[in-house]
Amino acid sequence: MAELMLAVIWLGLTAYVLFGGADFGAGVWDLIAGNEERGRAQRGLVEHSIGPVWEANHVWLIFVIVLTWTGFPGVFAAVASTLYIPLTLVALGIIARGAAFAFRKVSEELWQRRLFGATFAFSSLVTPFFLGTVAGALASGRVPPGIARGDLVTSWLNPTSLVAGALAVGVTAYLAAVYLTRDAQRGGETALAETFRGRALAAGAVTGVLSALGLVVLRADAPALFRELTSGRALPLVALSVVAGVVSLVLLWRRAYLAVRVTAALAVIGLLWGWGVGWYPWLLPGVSVRDGAATPAVLTVTLWAMAGGAVLLLPSLWWLYTTFQRAHPADGSDSSTPV
Amino acid sequence: MNSGGLAAAADAVREADLLAARMQMALSLGWHIILACLGVGMPAITLIAEWRGHVTGDPRYRLLARRWARAMGVLFAVGAVSGTILSFEMGLLWPGLMSTYGQVIGLPFALEGVAFFIEAIFLGIYLYAWDRLPPIPHLLAGVPIVLAGVASAFFVVTANAWMQQPTGFSVENGRVVAVDPWAAMFNPATPPQTVHMILAAFMVAGFAMASVYAVAMLRGRRDRYHRTGFLLPFAVAAAITPVQIGVGDWAAHFVADNQPVKLAAMEGVFETGRGVPLHLGGIAVDGQLRWALEIPNGLSLLAHWDPDAEIVGLNETPPADRPPVNVVHWAFQIMVAMGLALLALAVWAAVSWWRHREMPRSAWFLRASALSGLAAVLALEAGWVVTEVGRQPWIVYGVLRTRDAVNPAPGLVWGFVLVSVIYVALTVASVYVLRLLARGRPVPAAPQESDVTGYPVT
Ligand code: HDD
Ligand code: HEM
Ligand code: HEM
Repeated sequence: MAELMLAVIWLGLTAYVLFGGADFGAGVWDLIAGNEERGRAQRGLVEHSIGPVWEANHVWLIFVIVLTWTGFPGVFAAVASTLYIPLTLVALGIIARGAAFAFRKVSEELWQRRLFGATFAFSSLVTPFFLGTVAGALASGRVPPGIARGDLVTSWLNPTSLVAGALAVGVTAYLAAVYLTRDAQRGGETALAETFRGRALAAGAVTGVLSALGLVVLRADAPALFRELTSGRALPLVALSVVAGVVSLVLLWRRAYLAVRVTAALAVIGLLWGWGVGWYPWLLPGVSVRDGAATPAVLTVTLWAMAGGAVLLLPSLWWLYTTFQRAHPADGSDSSTPV
Repeated sequence: MNSGGLAAAADAVREADLLAARMQMALSLGWHIILACLGVGMPAITLIAEWRGHVTGDPRYRLLARRWARAMGVLFAVGAVSGTILSFEMGLLWPGLMSTYGQVIGLPFALEGVAFFIEAIFLGIYLYAWDRLPPIPHLLAGVPIVLAGVASAFFVVTANAWMQQPTGFSVENGRVVAVDPWAAMFNPATPPQTVHMILAAFMVAGFAMASVYAVAMLRGRRDRYHRTGFLLPFAVAAAITPVQIGVGDWAAHFVADNQPVKLAAMEGVFETGRGVPLHLGGIAVDGQLRWALEIPNGLSLLAHWDPDAEIVGLNETPPADRPPVNVVHWAFQIMVAMGLALLALAVWAAVSWWRHREMPRSAWFLRASALSGLAAVLALEAGWVVTEVGRQPWIVYGVLRTRDAVNPAPGLVWGFVLVSVIYVALTVASVYVLRLLARGRPVPAAPQESDVTGYPVT
């Protein structure tokens, strides 16, 4: 039961990184899209692509949080209390980002769009970074069990956390560029597709280098996890990630934009699940999945409730994505402009 | 890993940090709840307008639906992010609560997650696929938003109700050993609190939307479009008001039976006695309520339907375990006053409608209606202050103290300062953007709104 719960949480995390992460990445590209004139087409594409879906994508994070406190209450409390500084910054980043995005969409004057746009873009960069430092703190075993027992600062300001933070930004930017390339192509905007193809290639290369760097840092900073990743159970997943990453770059080079969506996602999945598998069965130092889990009744009822929810959710999500991934109506009017 | 370190850590809790954590929680909850009410109530009212537009073919309704939907897009985004902060804060500020009881209240939050998902998905479809879908499927796509909104309000309030009436778990040595999540969710406080909250959401949304049009009408825009924009949400809210007051009475009876300390604080009753009067106004000084207007036997009558019923006073509880009387007492008075004032407004409109088949012509009616949105929000906030502050010093009534639940890490004060700054900025920006939306000329905004182009509005 506890394992199943953990798997469900990890699935939610994966979905958040793949969908929500890409939304953050889109914000990063928004940030460096250039001045108002040059950046307009790119920003338009970003707004168009994430407008209808970002709220739904964002709910994955809420699932992860809520299921963690339900399934592993002590772990949740330990993580939240020790890492309250980066997590507060993440929360504020999420607020600034979502609100600014919505505000920008409905404001018309240039200075308003600039102000809200800058807030949106900047928080898109900062939020994944701090989330990454949290992941790094966990991966390097710097969050002890108990309430606020870890160091409030060095737990998330350390080599592993910094690399993980950079990696998180890289991954989101990479995913976003890959998705946007295809969106631009489908919209018939070849020049824009070319721009994002270049960015995807660059971001992919940088992310690859960061991952390698991450391994080096882990070797010094978290040797146990390093061993699992390079020679233990997690090795196949790491290998999957590497292969998928390389194939993605080749596919991008050859402009197979639809296929690269799949391989890029696989590369990220390999990374996430490799970490998860390499870590298992520990959640925190000295706390295994079994030790940290809630009572069986809670796990059972919650998992059944999630299964029931999934019956409602999956068809709805399917409808959402297909509605907006379909080609535009024949009359050429851009009907997905917000009402 | 539960409460061993907890008791030791609690000693280290600094008063300033505890206060900061409570204020931060109150600020973010008090902010979120307004958006949440609009998120529950607005889609329903918007759907009514869209449906009327479809049935009657009247472009007034269609245009209203379009404009409300546009505001909803902004409000939902802000509501969603302000809610996300709350789920972070449950852990950041109250790890002592979550590490022990997170699993007890986990189920409603997990179900709430499902409801949010449904809400967000169908909102995406509803807002962005207006012209991709035929009218009827589009209307139907709006229905799950309403249902999910009501459901999420229900689920989250069951969690709060559990904090008032904790049931469904057993503890051994500070560790939760058995949990019945359904019993925790359907605790005794759930029925009155959830019903009262859901009705409040519709009142807040209805009166707030009506207020916007009342202001426009006071400024001279009295055409049919603005009248309809006023009447539809006003009618919804006004119809709910009398029901809400009945439910409030139910909530008060529940508190009288189950949280006598809270009732004593709400009414400023310091001495246990029979035939206790109802206090209007007044300030508690040195264990006594001064300068209050007394209605003889009023409280005993209202709380227990018996003029001689016994009311337990605060003297039965050690001073350290009492909630702050003035805050709770005044918050309760404000809620009831606002509720009765809104009832009067609703009756005024109803009488006029019954007699003349139209809304009151007096400018005073419009002035009062322009304030009705504020009054509803005030009642809402005051009601939560009664509930939450009246529960003090317990975070889980009778089970866990707030000070034992707070994060013992130093520096929470700075977190509070930072969060307050962000919320001020967020408030300013939201009000500004909403005013832009409200002030803009109510003409169809984009060429694709073909169903309402050509409809003239002054
Ligand atoms: C538009 C909003 C609104 C209006 C007009 C009223 N209330 Fe209310 N009240 C709320 C909105 C609200 C609330 C904000 O929704 C609360 C907070 C917690 C809850 O469940 O509902 C609440 C709580 C609340 C409580 C505390 C429940 C508890 O602590 O468990 C009582 C006793 C009442 N109310 C009683 C009344 C009475 C007698 C009213 C009649 C005039 C009234 N309310 C009008
Ligand atoms: C429905 C779910 C809710 C939950 C789970 C919840 C939870 C909490 C928690 C954990 C605290 C901090 C501990 C404490 O001071 O008792 C708190 C305090 C508080 N909450 Fe709530 N709350 C909820 C709803 C609300 C809402 C909607 C409001 C709106 C105004 C509100 C107003 C407050 C206030 C004013 C305090 C501070 C009390 C004090 O410090 O004296 N609560 N709540
Ligand atoms: C009485 C109290 C509450 C009510 C009625 C309520 C209701 C709602 C509603 C209707 C929404 C949808 C967004 C919107 O309409 O703007 C929402 C969003 C949200 N609420 Fe609350 N809420 C309450 C308190 C809380 C508390 C205490 C928490 C967390 C501890 C919370 C967490 C959230 C989250 C995470 C979201 C975002 C969901 C999304 O991304 O769509 N809410 N809430």
